[in-house]
Amino acid sequence: MSGTSAHSIVDSGRTLRWVTGGIVIFYALITMLPLVWILVTSFKTPPDSISYPPKVVFEPSLEGYVNLFTTRTRQTPEYLESLPPPETWYDELVRSRNMVIAGPSKFGERFMNSVIIGFGSTFLSVFLGTLAAYAFSRFRIPLANDLMFFILSTRMMPPIAVAIPIFLMYRTIGLSDTHLGMILLYTAVNISLAVWLLKGFIDEIPREYEEAAMIDGYSRFGAFVKVVLPQAVTGIAATAIFCLIFAWNEYAFALLLTSGEAQTAPPFIPTIIGEGGLDWPASAAGATLFLLPVLIFTILLRKQLLRGITFGAVRK
Amino acid sequence: MTESLKIERYSERAARATPPYLATRVRGLSDRTIAWTFIAPTIVLLLLINIFPLVWTIYLSFTNYKANRTARGFEWIGLRNYERILNDADIWHTLQVTAHFLCWTMFFQVILGFGLAWLINKQFKGHGFWTTVILLPMMLSPAVVGNFWTFLYQPQIGLFNYGISFLTGVPPSSFQMIGDVNLAPWSIVIVDTWMWTPYVMLICLAGLRSIPDYIYEAAEVDRASKWRQFWSITVPMVLPFLMLAVLFRAIENFKMFDLVVELTSGGPGSVTELASINLKREAFEKWRTGYSSAFAIILFVTVFGAANIYVKALNRVKQR
Repeated sequence: MSGTSAHSIVDSGRTLRWVTGGIVIFYALITMLPLVWILVTSFKTPPDSISYPPKVVFEPSLEGYVNLFTTRTRQTPEYLESLPPPETWYDELVRSRNMVIAGPSKFGERFMNSVIIGFGSTFLSVFLGTLAAYAFSRFRIPLANDLMFFILSTRMMPPIAVAIPIFLMYRTIGLSDTHLGMILLYTAVNISLAVWLLKGFIDEIPREYEEAAMIDGYSRFGAFVKVVLPQAVTGIAATAIFCLIFAWNEYAFALLLTSGEAQTAPPFIPTIIGEGGLDWPASAAGATLFLLPVLIFTILLRKQLLRGITFGAVRK
Repeated sequence: MTESLKIERYSERAARATPPYLATRVRGLSDRTIAWTFIAPTIVLLLLINIFPLVWTIYLSFTNYKANRTARGFEWIGLRNYERILNDADIWHTLQVTAHFLCWTMFFQVILGFGLAWLINKQFKGHGFWTTVILLPMMLSPAVVGNFWTFLYQPQIGLFNYGISFLTGVPPSSFQMIGDVNLAPWSIVIVDTWMWTPYVMLICLAGLRSIPDYIYEAAEVDRASKWRQFWSITVPMVLPFLMLAVLFRAIENFKMFDLVVELTSGGPGSVTELASINLKREAFEKWRTGYSSAFAIILFVTVFGAANIYVKALNRVKQR
């Protein structure tokens, strides 16, 4: 990424560079359009969102976000007249559509479920993964490569195929639709990759460091905690973000194994569209809030993420 | 339990394989204990939530078990599920749909991904920033994004149709990407290509960056044309990377579920019903648990077998 490599003879011409840059930027803008459109739609009113031709200039409104977080009931104008004047801006907004707020929607809960399950499974995957990766990296374990390949190959199962027995198992032991059940499941899915990645990171830390620490009187476990862990912190963080994004985005298991209590946001957001299937701003608002954290993570931590996305194939 | 025995034997071998000069130096926990305690939780978790379900699926695939009628009991029916699947026209249709999706997404993603990587590798000003922008779609939740694409594909109000009509002059309401039997298979190819081209691009870029400059310099000295350099240096050296990207993407797309379910849910009719969507219908709507388990096993064996053959080919390319 330095861009300073010496292209003495091979240097591509200045105009060529402009052209290539232009094409790439054009592609990038096209590719961003659907994402920008989600953001734009979330600030439209429902009528604006379904106008033809699609509106680019419009008066921004927070109606989508209000609808996302509330449930509302339609009322007659006479009833609305009889109410005391609206206390808040969102009350006023809802009443201007002949409705009153009946209560909060389930979006907040679903979002929190995503947070709890995402962070819970990430913590567990990284914790167990670091231990296993250290053992794989430092002790000569027979058949280690075969075992690693086998662990990774379990990811070739379609999620639905895994979901069938998990569904039966969870139903029997009472883990279906619980946070714990989903955390364990996502950990099991993530851990193969976590071990794979972390082993790569730990392999890069010279053994001599620990050996020196052990000569200085540390036990092997002490050397692991005091020497290896601090060195592996970047790798652990990168793996954690990767596990978090997987758990955050996962849909198939969440759809089949959760329905209420522990349902995460991905299966919930498509159901927001609401009466008549027209409330696109609310749906877009939900999508915006849900996608935004990942977008920010990606922009800030691109280089660390690349390694995870490519199963360690890209190291820079 | 045989599982715990296996772990024990395993960790013992691990400990024995540890060099003795380290073992003697250890105070506190022995290396053997550490190897055991560090690997055991992961192995137990994988046995419980990966291996045990797999074994259970294999067992169920030989029965006529229905998960919504547990009281009725079930019986061993041998290979009859497998026999039925191989004679089921719906299954063959679903595999055809999957093959269409797989081939075309791979085709477009390889062309676009490699092209973009090649352009970005020319290192124009600000290429780092634009690379980040390009790879954003693949980080996002496929289900949420897929759901929003149904809005973009709306015939009257959708941005996609509007854009196409802007470019070609066809009225935007004259075609329906999702509702039309002929266009729906392409609508899922487009969204998947939009989402996953960056992935192929990233891996190609890693390949391009791995080619040392001196090879090009040598070719330049030999007066090889740019065209010749491209085909005899760039392409062969990126090929292993490209093949790796195709392997990862093909596995993912073979089991594609979330994006397409939210986009078309297999419709109209069943023209976009990919293998995973069919599997979900059989298992969780028709509740034919035994039958769908057999289908799941067939899918798994197919991916596993194909991936192994492919990896062999990949290694041959690498050795050249």
